This record gives sequence, structure tokens and C-alpha cells, in this order.
Amino acid sequence: MSQAPLRVALVGNPNCGKTALFNLLTGARQKVANYAGVTVERKEGRFATPSGRKVQVLDLPGAYSLDSTSPDERVTHDVLLGRYPGEAAPDLIVCVADATNLRLHLRFVLEVQRMGRPMVLALNMMDAAKRRGIEVNVPDLARRLGMPVVETVAVRRGGAQALIELIDRTTAPAPGIANAAPASPAAAGDDLHGTVREILASAVTMPRATDARDDTIDRFALHPVLGPLILAFVMFLVFQAVYSLGKPLTDAIGDGFGWLGSLAGAALPDGPLRSLVTDALFGGVGTVLGFLPEILVLFFFILVLEESGYLPRAAFLLDRMMVAVGLTGRSFIPLLSSFACAIPGVMGTRSISDPRDRLATILVAPLMTCSARLPVYALLIGAFIPHRTIFGVFNLQGLVLFALYAAGIVGAMAVGWVMKKLSRDRREHALLMELPSYRLPRVRDIAIGLWERGAIFLKRLTGIILALTVLMWFISTFPSPPEGATLPAIDYSIAGYLGRALQLPFAPLGFNWQMSLSLIPAFAARETAVAALATVYSVAGGDADIVALGHSLTQNFSLASALSLMVWFAFAPQCMSTLAVIRRETRSWRAVVISFGYMFVVAYAASFVTYQIARHFV
Amino acid sequence: MRLTDLSKGMTALVERVEDIHASDPIAQRLRDLGFVPGEPVRVVARAPWSADPLLVQIGSTRFALRRAEAQRVSVSANGEAAR
Repeated sequence: MSQAPLRVALVGNPNCGKTALFNLLTGARQKVANYAGVTVERKEGRFATPSGRKVQVLDLPGAYSLDSTSPDERVTHDVLLGRYPGEAAPDLIVCVADATNLRLHLRFVLEVQRMGRPMVLALNMMDAAKRRGIEVNVPDLARRLGMPVVETVAVRRGGAQALIELIDRTTAPAPGIANAAPASPAAAGDDLHGTVREILASAVTMPRATDARDDTIDRFALHPVLGPLILAFVMFLVFQAVYSLGKPLTDAIGDGFGWLGSLAGAALPDGPLRSLVTDALFGGVGTVLGFLPEILVLFFFILVLEESGYLPRAAFLLDRMMVAVGLTGRSFIPLLSSFACAIPGVMGTRSISDPRDRLATILVAPLMTCSARLPVYALLIGAFIPHRTIFGVFNLQGLVLFALYAAGIVGAMAVGWVMKKLSRDRREHALLMELPSYRLPRVRDIAIGLWERGAIFLKRLTGIILALTVLMWFISTFPSPPEGATLPAIDYSIAGYLGRALQLPFAPLGFNWQMSLSLIPAFAARETAVAALATVYSVAGGDADIVALGHSLTQNFSLASALSLMVWFAFAPQCMSTLAVIRRETRSWRAVVISFGYMFVVAYAASFVTYQIARHFV
Repeated sequence: MRLTDLSKGMTALVERVEDIHASDPIAQRLRDLGFVPGEPVRVVARAPWSADPLLVQIGSTRFALRRAEAQRVSVSANGEAAR
């Protein structure tokens, strides 16, 4: 019997465990995309019931209410009613509610019920409810609500058994379930909160409103003095882990691709094709892939902190500070991701519901020092800053690196503050953020989360970076140097001419033509500036021989120029892929132009000042 | 008295949520979240800087509310009697 799959939609309040239930039902058979025209994530998955019935599950965005103006909640509302363009109305709505938080979640259940669509209630987190001594009289609850109620434990294998059996018995359009009509006793009247109170009084006994464990942890985690200290310590651990776990993997991938490139190079005849394969394809793809481990390590920690419920606490602690500079506590998570790479950072701003706060976060995210800037800083600091101890404890090189990180953060605060002052928008932008119960993160959910983010990152970015790397290779290879050329080949290429043309505007910053030229590939991926400088100064061994390259740099330009270049990299509008993601996430070229424009002005001004001052003092 | 005036750990009952301008979406959202007359409410924690935002418990849920948001909620302080 072949029939169309049953379309089931999962809805519920944020933090009801809906996504964990979705993961349990569909496993890895998920498709993540966007709803057309908005940056609201659309997650779809499939599974088959024991009787062989195919079910298509849609994980709708979490919502507190259906008559709101937030894009997420509007999508949920329209899809449920079958009004969303290109989305058929679901055959069955599974409303998910946290059994430990029914006072809030049942109101939403009643609101969904008023739509008069076939629905069932999944009482999720029944394990936590039992542990806390919460008793739910399920038959009574089902009778009062006028809809079937099943218990689920989304974090346990087989925890959705009752739900799957119920779906199996459902035939579209579900006649047995259609009794969840507006006429049912529960949905009568407008006072949803009053109805919830009545239902709870009859069907649920709750010994204590909150989890004693949460109260204990929060006494420390949200303490006015201890809270910020714990947060600082957690952040320190995360960054340590990113650099000590991610960095070696990144280097290994870079080396691996270099080795593959040289293997391929040996097999190919000398000429442009070989150079394209080894330099552009393997070099370029290796560079992009190389970021993946650091990004995944950072995301692993972000997912663990997120799943455990700690990140909203961090947002709570930092909100006041962030508001002062025109951001919101919710900006903290995307800005944290931006230290690995601005691309996932910009994508992560989706969790900020307020459009103005989201745009402000997107605009300052690229100022966080991403891992691609480190190779450039390492090269210039190693070559130009003396290895000296000052004030007895501080290493001068370390201080310069710290100053560059701090410049990014302070710059972001200044930019946020200025944008806030310039903005004509005087409306109030709400925080209204739920702090969920603490939970032990589940391996399955972390793994699926990592897989999703890694795949999105690769799919979206290998395309653009690859194309750009090939283009960069092309302009620095052609035209070939004439017979008897004495200068490096690159001097005769399109890139050489471009570099000399670029030097004109960049001369006041103290950049020579080679430095100006290195800004072009840096626009594709910042760390390629190192390789570009190595190429133009034709250092044997390429960028692997950092010491020789550093030595060559100190002979070719001054400390003032080097400082100016570092400051440029701290603020410059880079890279290309970040701008592409800003375009994708904001759906506006205006945001891209503003972002590029302000960073260019800030970087130019800061480098100019740095160079002109440094020239006179050093 | 306002929710912002409530001292930490004290329980009070919500009297009402005021719209500070016509059709105030933040006030409406607060009502949706359970800030309705007669509901017990408690300030659980305050953030380190300027005690803003507040962590407020309503029902079994905890919400971080900025002071400007909490200002909309008027409460009657009958303290522990509400429990």
C-alpha cells in the first residue's frame, strides 16, 4: 500500500525538549533549510512506524504565543494553519509540553487547540517530572483538554514509543483525533491562564514549583560576585581547549593537504595546470577545511554550554554591559563563536529575536579576532616585536597580541555605542529571556548539532572560497614573466600591477606594494596574506619557513609599517565569505555595504594614526 | 508596588501588567508568559551591574526581565502569605 506520508508538525514552547524529541523520532534523517524569504530554520525529518507507515515530521520554531510579531512565531502560526506559501497544513499537530513546566506550556497548548486542527499532546520530560515528585493524572488531563495525551522522555531510547504508536493509529485526516475542536470544553472562553489553573488544580500535583538542584546551582552561577568569576573561568577553559585541541588538528589538515598537493604535483607535468591543482585546489581547500576543527571544538563547547542551560545564564550576567554598548545579553553567544570564525557567529545571531539587536550583533561580530588572523599576527609579531620582558612579568610579544585582541573587543564596543547613538530607533527592545532548567547534555543532540553546523559551514563556503582562490591564483600567475625576467614572476602578473596600483591609497598607512598586494588574497581568507608575502619576497620554503620570511620582512619594511599592518588586520573589512554570510543572513546588500564601509574607514583611520605616530617614535 | 521594588526572595502576587503605550507588545508578551492577576511571583536573582536585569520566577518558569520590562508589572506584597 503506497500512500502519501503522514505530515506531522511538532510545536511547543521554547525549552520543551521538542528538538530532542525530533532527533529521537527521526535520527539523522533530517533536512535543514530556511523557510522561503526569512531566516527561520526549517527542519524536516522522516521515519516509519512499526506498521510501515511513512511519517514526515516538521520541527516548527518554538513559540510562547501565536499572535506575536516575531518572525519565528509567525512562521509557526502560518504553517499550522496551512497558510504558509509552499507548506501544506500538517495532518496532525503534536504539541510538546514540558511536564515540569505545565503552568506555562499548557497555555500554549490551549492556544494551538483553538485553531481547531487535529492534535495530540506529548507530555515530555516525564522522567524529570517523576524525579521531582510531580504527579500527572494523564486520563484526567486528556479528558479536560479534550485531546489524546501521551507521555514521552525525549532523552531516552524508546522514550517516544507511546507517541509513535499513537501516530501509527492515526489516519489522515485523523477522524479519531478531530474531536480536538474549538468546541471542546477546555478551549472555551478567552481566559487561557484561568483554564490552565483549573486543569492543573485537578490533574497535576506538584510538591515544589522549581527544581531544588537548579536553585542550588543558580545560587552560585548567578551570584553577583561569584557568577562573573565562574563565567570568566568557563570562557578561559573554552579558549584553552580551542587552541590546545583545535590548533594541532588544523595544522594536521593543512599539512595533509599540502602533502596531497605535492603528490598530485609530482604526477602532473610542469605548467599552469600543476600550479592550479597544487596551489589553488589543494592549498585553497586545505585552508578552508583547516578551520573546521577549531570551529568544531568551539562549537562543541558552545553546544554543551547551550544544552546544559548555562549560556542563557551568561547572557543574563552580561546583559547590562552589552546594553550599554548597543547590544543585548543574547549577543554574547554569537560573539563568542566569532572568535573562531565570524561566519558561524553571524549565523548564530538567529537566536536574537529582535531585528535591531540582531543587526547590531552581525555588524560587530567580524571585529572579534577570528582564528584566521592569528597566523598573520604571529608572523609580524615574531619578526618585529623584540622578545623582551617588561615590568618583570609581561612578555612584550604576548602583550602586543593581547592588545590586538583587546582592540577588536574595544572597537566592537565603540562601534556598537556609536550605532546606538546614531540610530533613530528609540523603541524599547525587550530581553524577556527564559532561563531553562539545567540539563545534562546528551551525546546524540550534541553530535547532531555539530554535524548540522559543520555541514552548513562546508556546503556554503567551499564554493565561494574555492572560486576565489582559483581567481587569485589566476591573477598572480598570468601573464607569465617575459623572457629574461629578473624580478619575481608575480611582478609581471595582473596581481603585480594591482599591487602597485593599490599602493597609492595605502602609502599613507606605510604599506609598500607587496603589503598592499597581500591584502587582495587576505580578502578571500586572511591567513593567506602570509603565503602571499612569502611568494612576493620569494622566500625559499614558502610560508613554512616563517623565520626566514620574518627575517626578509624586517629588511624590507619598518616596525611602524608592521604595526600599521597589524592594526589594519584587527579592523579591516574581511573576509569575503563573512560578507557573503552577512548578505545571506540579512538578505540586504545595505548591511553588507555598511559593514564593509565602516570597517574600511575604521581600519584605515586606525592604521594611519598608528603609522604616523609610530614613525616618529620608533 | 512594582515588581522592581520587590526584594530578593520575597513572593508577591501579580496585580496587573500595564501597557506603557497603546498596544504594548512587551506588556502583551508578559501576560502571555503568565504575568496575570493573582499569580505568585518572586525575584530570584539580580544581575551584577545595576541589578539589571532581574531573574523573576512565575509559575515554574524563570525569566530574565530588564528593569524597564519588570516596571510594567505591579504586585501586591503580601510576602510569604501568598504561598
